[in-house]
Amino acid sequence: MTLLEVTLLAPLLGSVLLTFVGHRPIGGWINVSTCAVTFGASLLMALNVFAHGPTLSSGKLFYIDAFNVYLVALTAFVGLSTAIFSRPYMQHEVERGRLTDRRLRLYHSMYQGFLFAMLLALSTNNVGILWVAMEGATLTTVLLVSLYRTPESIEAAWKYFILCGVGIAQALFGTVLVYFAAEQKLGAARDDTLLWTVLHANAAGLDPAVLSLAWVFLLVGYGTKVGLVPLHNWLPDAHSEGPTPMSAVLSGLLLNVALYALVRFKMLVDASLNTNLAGYMMMGFGLLSFTVASLFLHRQHDIKRMFSYSSIEHMGLMTYAFGLGGPLATFGALLHMTVHSLTKSAIFITVGHASQIAGTQRIDKIRGLIRTQPAVGWGLLIGTIAIAGFPPFGVFTSEFLLLTATMKSSPWLAVPLLMGFGIAFAGLFRHLHPMVYGDPPAGQKPVRANMLPVMLHLALVLWLGLSIPSFLARWFEQATVLISGSSLL
Amino acid sequence: MASGFRTFHVRNDVCGSKNNMDLTQLGLYDQAIIVFAALVLFTSFIMLAQARVIPLIYTFAWQGALLAVVTALVALVSNHPHLYISAALTVALKVFLIPWLLYRLAVRLNIRHDAETIKHPSLLLLGGAGLVIFSYYVALPIVRLSGLATRNTIAVSVAVVLVGMLLMIARKKAVAQVIGFMSIENGLFFSAVVSTYGMPLIVELGVAFDVLVAAILFGVFFFHMRESFDTLDVDQLNRLSEARETILSHEEAGAASSEERP
Repeated sequence: MTLLEVTLLAPLLGSVLLTFVGHRPIGGWINVSTCAVTFGASLLMALNVFAHGPTLSSGKLFYIDAFNVYLVALTAFVGLSTAIFSRPYMQHEVERGRLTDRRLRLYHSMYQGFLFAMLLALSTNNVGILWVAMEGATLTTVLLVSLYRTPESIEAAWKYFILCGVGIAQALFGTVLVYFAAEQKLGAARDDTLLWTVLHANAAGLDPAVLSLAWVFLLVGYGTKVGLVPLHNWLPDAHSEGPTPMSAVLSGLLLNVALYALVRFKMLVDASLNTNLAGYMMMGFGLLSFTVASLFLHRQHDIKRMFSYSSIEHMGLMTYAFGLGGPLATFGALLHMTVHSLTKSAIFITVGHASQIAGTQRIDKIRGLIRTQPAVGWGLLIGTIAIAGFPPFGVFTSEFLLLTATMKSSPWLAVPLLMGFGIAFAGLFRHLHPMVYGDPPAGQKPVRANMLPVMLHLALVLWLGLSIPSFLARWFEQATVLISGSSLL
Repeated sequence: MASGFRTFHVRNDVCGSKNNMDLTQLGLYDQAIIVFAALVLFTSFIMLAQARVIPLIYTFAWQGALLAVVTALVALVSNHPHLYISAALTVALKVFLIPWLLYRLAVRLNIRHDAETIKHPSLLLLGGAGLVIFSYYVALPIVRLSGLATRNTIAVSVAVVLVGMLLMIARKKAVAQVIGFMSIENGLFFSAVVSTYGMPLIVELGVAFDVLVAAILFGVFFFHMRESFDTLDVDQLNRLSEARETILSHEEAGAASSEERP
C-alpha cells in the first residue's frame, strides 16, 4: 500500500468506524489515532516528494507535487491537533448537556469524513473529482454546523448549505467549460482530458475565450468557499454557530483547500490567456475582502464571529497575493497559508476554552481570562498578537513579504494594504483587551483545558517567524517555481 | 420560417464553424434533441411560476425525465454508450428518487396543500426570459468553437442553470429553494451532456452521489427547521445578521440577564 493510500484510507475507514462507536469514550481516541496515522503517512509522503519530485499514481487519478503535498501535510497536522483538542472539549459539551450520544457519533464520523474530502480534493489529479470532493466537504460539515440544533445554528447551516451549494455549482460549470476547451484541443477520444497534468501540459493551446469564461465561473464558485467578499455571508455564521473544533478546521483548512483549487485553475488560465486577467480579478476580489473584513472586525459582538472575519481578511490577503503573482508574492502567500492555518486553528481552540469558561460567546460577557485561567488568557493574547501580524511571529514575515512584493510591482496598492493591516489590528485589540485583562465576573471557574496544541501551533508560527528552516524554505521554493514559473531563492 | 433559419446559416458561415450546419438540414434525432431541450427549459419556466408544492415536485420530475430523454438521444446520435448510463442515472435519481423523497417529506411535514404567493409573477417570467437571452450571449464563445450537433442547445442548458437560480432567489419556501437547487444541478448536467457529451463517468458518478446526499440532507433540514422555527419559510431565518446582533447586544446591556447563547 502506498503512503497516499494510507493517507486517504485512514480517514475514510475512521469515518465508517466512528459511525458505530463514535459516541463511546473510545471514539475520541479513535479520532485522534486516525488523524495521527494520516499525519504520519502524509509527512512521509511529503519527504518522498521532496526527495524525488512529483509523483503520479498508477491510475493517473492522483498527482502529488510540491504545492499540494505541503497542504496535505498541513491539513493532516491541523486535523490531528484539533482532534487532540476536540476529545476533552466534546466530552465537556456532552457533560453540559448540549449534545446527545447520537450527535457525538455524527460529529466524530463527519470529522473524519471532512478530512477525507479535503485530502481527496488536494491529492486528486482529476479536476472533476476535485469538485466532487469540495462539494463533499460542504456536505460533511453542514450537519456539524447545526450540531447544537439551536435556531441560530440551523439558520447558519442552511445559509452555508445553500450559498456554498449554489456557489460551487458555478465551479462545476466552469469545470465543464474547461473540459470543453480541452476536448476541442485534444479531441474527444481521450479519456484523460480532465486530468490536471494533461490540462496543464496543454494549457497553452486551450481556447482563451472559453477559458476566461470558465475562470469567471470558477472564481465565483470556489471563491464562495474561500469566503471572498461579497460571497462571504455564510462564513461568519457557519464558524460562529458550529462546535469550536469545526470552526478551527473550517477556518484553518477548508478555506485553504478552496484557494488551492483556485490557484490550480489560475495556472491553466494564465497559460492559455497569456494575460494577467485571472491575476487582476483575484487581486480585486482579494483586496476587497481584505478591506471589508478588516472594517467588519470592529462591529462584532461574538468572539467566534470576530475571528471568522479575521479569516476572511487573511484569505483575501492570500487571494490578492496569488493574484499578484511573481515568485516573491507566491512564496509569501504559501507561507501565509501555513502560518494562518496554524495560528487561526490555535486561536479557535483557545476561543473554545474561553467561551466554555465564560459560558457564552458574547465578547462583552467574556472578561478576565488571565486571572481565571492564565493559560487560556495568555493563549488568546499571544494568538491574537500573532494573527494581527506582530513580529516576531510568522504572520509578520509573510505579510512583510507580501508588502515588499506589492511595493515592487504596484506600489500604490501598498496604501490600502497598510491601512487594512492597521484597521484589522485595531479591530482585534479593542475587543481583546477587556476579554483578557478585565475583572472576571464572580464565580467564573477554570475549565479542563488542553493547551498543548495551541502552544505547539504558536511555537511553530514563532519558529517560522524567526527563521524558516531550510528544508521548508526549499519546499516552498519548489511550490513557488511550480506556480509562478520562476525561482525566488 | 425558412428565412429565419437562413440567418442562422449565415452566422455559422461567418463564424467559420467546422461543419456547415443548417437547422433544417439536421437529422430527425438532432431535431428531436432540440425540441426536448426546449421542453426542459419550458419546465424550468413552469417551476418558476408554480406556487403549489406538489405540482412543483411533479414538474421537477418531468424536467428530469425530459433531461434523460435528451441524454439518451444524444447518446444515440453521438454513439457515446456511456451516456446511456448517465441517462439511466438521471431517471433513477431525478425522476424517481429525489421527487419521491421530496413528496414524502411534503406529506410528513403536512405541507402538501401549501401555496406561496409569488410576488409579481409576470415580472419573474420576464426576468427568466431575459436570462435566456443573456445565456445565448454567454454561450457565444462556446458555440463558436463547438462542432457538436448539440451546440445549439448549449445556451439552453445555461439558461436552465440561471432560471434555477432565479427560482431560488424569488422563492421563500425551503422546498422551492431545494427544487431550484436541484434544477441548477439539472442544468449543469445538461450543459455537460450537450457541450462535451458528458463528463467522464467517474466524475458523473461522484456528482450524482453528491446530489443524492444533498437531497437527503435537505430532508433532515426540513425537520430541524420545522422544529426550531415552526415553519419552512426561509424568511424566518433572520436571526444572524450584523444589525440584529447590535440590537441584541444593546438590549442585553440594558437588562443584566445572563442569557447563555450557544
